[in-house]
Amino acid sequence: MKKTMTGHKAVAEAMRQIEPDVVAVYPITPQSEIAEYYAQYVHDGLVHTELVPVESEHSAMSACVGAAAAGARVMTATASQGLALMIEVVYIAASMRLPIVMALANRALSGPINIHCDHSDAYLARDAGAVHIFAESAQEAYDWMIMAQRIAEHEKVRLPVVVNLDGFTLTHSVQVVEPLPDEEVKRFVGEFKPLYPLLDVDNPSTWGPFAMPDYYFELKRAQQAGMEEVPAVFLEVQEEYRKLSGRPYRGFFEAYKLDDAERAIVIMGSTAGTAKVVVDELRKQGEKVGLLKVWLWRPFPREEVVKALSHVDRVAVLDRALSFGNMGALYLDITSAFVHQDRRPGFVNYIYGLGGRDTTVDHIHQVFEELESARPGELRYLGLRE
Amino acid sequence: MKEIRWHGRGGQGAKTVSQILAQINLREGKHVQSFPEYGPERSGAPVRAYNRISDEEILIHSGVYHPDISVVIDETLLDSENPTEGLSPKGALLVNTKRSPEEVRKLTGYSGEIICLDADKIAQEAGTGFPNVPMLGATVAVLGTDPKLAEEELKETLSHRLPPEVVEKNLQAFRAGYEAAKGARDVPA
Repeated sequence: MKKTMTGHKAVAEAMRQIEPDVVAVYPITPQSEIAEYYAQYVHDGLVHTELVPVESEHSAMSACVGAAAAGARVMTATASQGLALMIEVVYIAASMRLPIVMALANRALSGPINIHCDHSDAYLARDAGAVHIFAESAQEAYDWMIMAQRIAEHEKVRLPVVVNLDGFTLTHSVQVVEPLPDEEVKRFVGEFKPLYPLLDVDNPSTWGPFAMPDYYFELKRAQQAGMEEVPAVFLEVQEEYRKLSGRPYRGFFEAYKLDDAERAIVIMGSTAGTAKVVVDELRKQGEKVGLLKVWLWRPFPREEVVKALSHVDRVAVLDRALSFGNMGALYLDITSAFVHQDRRPGFVNYIYGLGGRDTTVDHIHQVFEELESARPGELRYLGLRE
Repeated sequence: MKEIRWHGRGGQGAKTVSQILAQINLREGKHVQSFPEYGPERSGAPVRAYNRISDEEILIHSGVYHPDISVVIDETLLDSENPTEGLSPKGALLVNTKRSPEEVRKLTGYSGEIICLDADKIAQEAGTGFPNVPMLGATVAVLGTDPKLAEEELKETLSHRLPPEVVEKNLQAFRAGYEAAKGARDVPA
């Protein structure tokens, strides 16, 4: 049944249906309501989760690591500075191969302090070893939270998964969401099977040991191997979810009117929706434009992106965060994937929407217009007063 | 697609009625969005909230700059918040005021339809004290939404948080706002 709900309610609903054993969470704008809704569910007896009201995000992720190593199914949520505070433990969660699912309500990092959306928090965690997925809408955030659980817990993967949803734009806006029935979600995520749980005292295991130059490298390579398993698992889980939900999840990214496109935009998050409106408008005028909306950002689907974009003449890659001293991170992902290709589009990089600066239909029109004449390799700023 | 902008002050319930309107529109089979504009939140500060209503799926995620309807819950915002900014000349301006539409037209220079109702008085008479619900009723009237369907949704959603007698007072306030708007539409020639 279709309902109106905010993005954080949609995320909290997915968490309620999954009903993890442990949620350790510290509130921060614009994530707080996820924590508040979940605390209410615990209070009302709707879930049997152990809610750990920690004193900081560093402790939140530490409690998640401990609980997950003990053998529990674990979830958390944060944003911006909260992620920055917990980041050292996110690296540890990934290195310990713990399938912790985290909603990240994307918010600009300080300074200056700001509460609104950009992707600088996600970019901070880019190399932590977690899988990163981006949602366009509250519906997608709900759906990805459920799929993320299966991806994280797959025996070949066993890694944290971050589900990114744009702060305020998605977390605080009421949209139409169609949740699945509780029992279908429970059946889909299934029973959690911990591997070598600490609480299995008959079979003692060592977690988080010291690793010097003799082993550290091999352990990191093994972690990368887990990441390499993600694409196949991602597609498998996605297909099963597509059949269950009837929603059109297919592939690592959504290719929107891209097949015959001459100009295209690559983007992550809610602004993809605004860009689709512009693609539709320009298509009506006979212009061959399209869009590639990234769902799976880490691991990055290099080969598939090349296949999807190689026929396009001009591509604008839109990054919602700066990587100071270089082009945007998504731009580098895309262009490096093309480095050995003879046939490749001319790429332009746009930085947009920092600190919640609104990106409008007019801005996206401007990108498509400028793409005709922009110099490949250029770094531009969208919606900036200069 | 129709876009609505609500002007209120923190604590007046602009965001709440914006969200309830979204539920009403969903009930009539529309696609909807409702979102507030977030600044530093404090009681009494000007706040804005927005609705999008469409027969098709709403993909856009940017702000609303050219609303079809602007609803002013607190008339002191007529001076400070410029509620007709970007408002479609073919749209409507709804104001909670004792003033006449002619006076509001002079004050704002708006050329479209102006609807004035004394939502404060309606709220006092109904015993609720909050002008947001009569303004919701007025907005439902201007949108041409089935008032029975709207009332059902309002009743259902308020019943989750308020006792029955307070829900009934709110329904009265809603109906009075709806009727007042129906009778007070000033459409320019």
